[in-house]
Amino acid sequence: MDSNPDSGPSQLPTALPIKIQGLTKKYGSMYALDSVDLDIKSGEFLTLLGPSGSGKTTLLMAIAGFNRPDAGSIRFGDEEMILKAPHQRGVGMVFQSYALFPHMTVAENIAFPLKLRGVAAAESAERVDTALATVQLSGLGDRDIDQLSGGQRQRVALARAFVFRPRILLMDEPLSALDKKLREQMQIELKHLHEQLGVTTVYVTHDQREALTMSDRIAVINEGKLTQVDTPHVIYNRPANAFVADFIGESTMLPLTANESGGLQFDDHLIAHDHAGDAGSEWSLVIRPERLFVIGDEVIDPEKTVVFPGVIREFVFQGDTAFALASIGEQHNLSFRFGTDSSSSQDTLHPGDSISLGLHRSDVIIIPRDRKP
Amino acid sequence: MSSTTINKAGNELMNAKELRADGVREQRLLLSLATPALLAVIAIIVIPVGWLFYLSFVGNDGHLSLENYQKMIEYKSYARTFVTTFQVSLLTTLLCILIGYPLAYFLAIMPARLAGFFMLAVLLPFWTSLLVRTYAWLVLLQKNGILNDFGMAAGLWDEPIKLVHNLTGTLIGMAHIMLPFLVLPLYSSMRKIERDMMHAAANLGASPIQAFWKVYFPLSISGMVAGSLIVFVLCLGFYVTPAVLGGGRVVMVATQITAILENQFNWGAASALGVVLLVATLVILFAVSKLFKLDNALFGKH
Repeated sequence: MDSNPDSGPSQLPTALPIKIQGLTKKYGSMYALDSVDLDIKSGEFLTLLGPSGSGKTTLLMAIAGFNRPDAGSIRFGDEEMILKAPHQRGVGMVFQSYALFPHMTVAENIAFPLKLRGVAAAESAERVDTALATVQLSGLGDRDIDQLSGGQRQRVALARAFVFRPRILLMDEPLSALDKKLREQMQIELKHLHEQLGVTTVYVTHDQREALTMSDRIAVINEGKLTQVDTPHVIYNRPANAFVADFIGESTMLPLTANESGGLQFDDHLIAHDHAGDAGSEWSLVIRPERLFVIGDEVIDPEKTVVFPGVIREFVFQGDTAFALASIGEQHNLSFRFGTDSSSSQDTLHPGDSISLGLHRSDVIIIPRDRKP
Repeated sequence: MSSTTINKAGNELMNAKELRADGVREQRLLLSLATPALLAVIAIIVIPVGWLFYLSFVGNDGHLSLENYQKMIEYKSYARTFVTTFQVSLLTTLLCILIGYPLAYFLAIMPARLAGFFMLAVLLPFWTSLLVRTYAWLVLLQKNGILNDFGMAAGLWDEPIKLVHNLTGTLIGMAHIMLPFLVLPLYSSMRKIERDMMHAAANLGASPIQAFWKVYFPLSISGMVAGSLIVFVLCLGFYVTPAVLGGGRVVMVATQITAILENQFNWGAASALGVVLLVATLVILFAVSKLFKLDNALFGKH
């Protein structure tokens, strides 16, 4: 989308990078943001993911200008924004509550930012129509807000946020009020819309699946600090620490011990031949439940696969997948998932059965052990 | 299928009769809870008002006639009274909006706990006797009152200003007494305006002043109109404050009714005045509620 007919000869870019440095915000003695540094690339879809109270919304609000940080810098492109009022920042935003104006029609809501910018009536009407078409609400411009369903309101809020062609779009859990089916559909639509508009997008959610589905990169935030910023693949497959491994996806963590030859093992299973770690540092093995598989009669190459013998404790059918818990050794349990198609081994597993669970060495995830007092 | 399960022919349905009877019993119980209040309303409001309504159509000779209403058209003093009544009510309402809107806004934007404290300041006079407050204003505003003494001592003015026993005094006293009736509904409607609304307006490019006029103010209108209506209607029938602070110069309908009853003991004429005021009030209420779609605010609909 680079052919905006009326962007004029000035050739404004459709997106701007955001550079955040040392951003700090304290509430009392609690750090909502603790010296956050974050570079968001031009045109990128970046998701701020974290539990409630992690600071993700505080960070978004700081970018929008709705709170006053104690220190730091926020730059859009080359321009310092930290002291600018919200209405001078020119970013679009979709609110969790949608914040549609109930005393205006759908079209008036969408035209609101255009009117403030002095866009002529005819052009404004045309852009409102285009925006409505983009969010698939053509013809609903005359409706009142209270005549719309939740999903439709969400789309109006979206249209209002991009109709004035902001170069940065912020979204604060925009799908959290929708039911599951609609939410999953909107995730895909939002992703397409982002590709179409090409605008730098910062998206806040506490839903890890949503973050994995939509993002170019995910910034995992906890207790006011960014714990890992990377692509969904890396975040899921190579979590940097116990918080990320635990918060995103399901996982089992097993403690590892170093052996004499510099390798790491769990009980007597060799997990890694040599792991470049500082002497004395402790490590954990992270296992994703769906990466484990039940070993039948086939021959297993121990160089490629770690084998855990165990006993089934629980077995739960969940429709698309089945979930099972197996005890390995004296104190540890492994959870694992598998498909429920007719060829799967679900019918043959019962609590009390002995099984062997395999994990490809390429699926082994090793993280520093969470050292809690 | 046995005959007692659900049956499309509608013959014998399982426990249908008992369930229906249970439902009726529950409704009767709820109705019986409202009975005392309903009876009270009938005894205190419907019967006396109906009686007065009837009296207004009875002439001096004891026969049905329109003479009481004819007199109201003939004598100019009646018309003057109505003009004064509506004028005072309108001005009081405007004064209340002028003072009350910023006050309610101030309360609505501060944290709820602090707002509760300041709300006390609004409500405290509310709990004091009307008569006490009215006479307190008399003490403050009269010729040798505190305000005039202070003003002259400070050299702000030389002669005592006439602040009471006229329209000014009446308006000051009434605005003070009516203020909570405006602030409370206005405050509650302002509290309902989500903070995100103003954030959204700012985010879309509205300066704080634009955001206020284009988003906040329109959303607060319903509360403001509801509060204004309450104030206006209460003012229409107000007696004590205009009588004391008006000093006989501000004759409103209620004062007029008292005068007729005290001087002429003419129930018919007094009732006719009351009926006209009541009808005028209802017409205004109806018109304004239609104009502002106020069903929710005034009649408790959701």
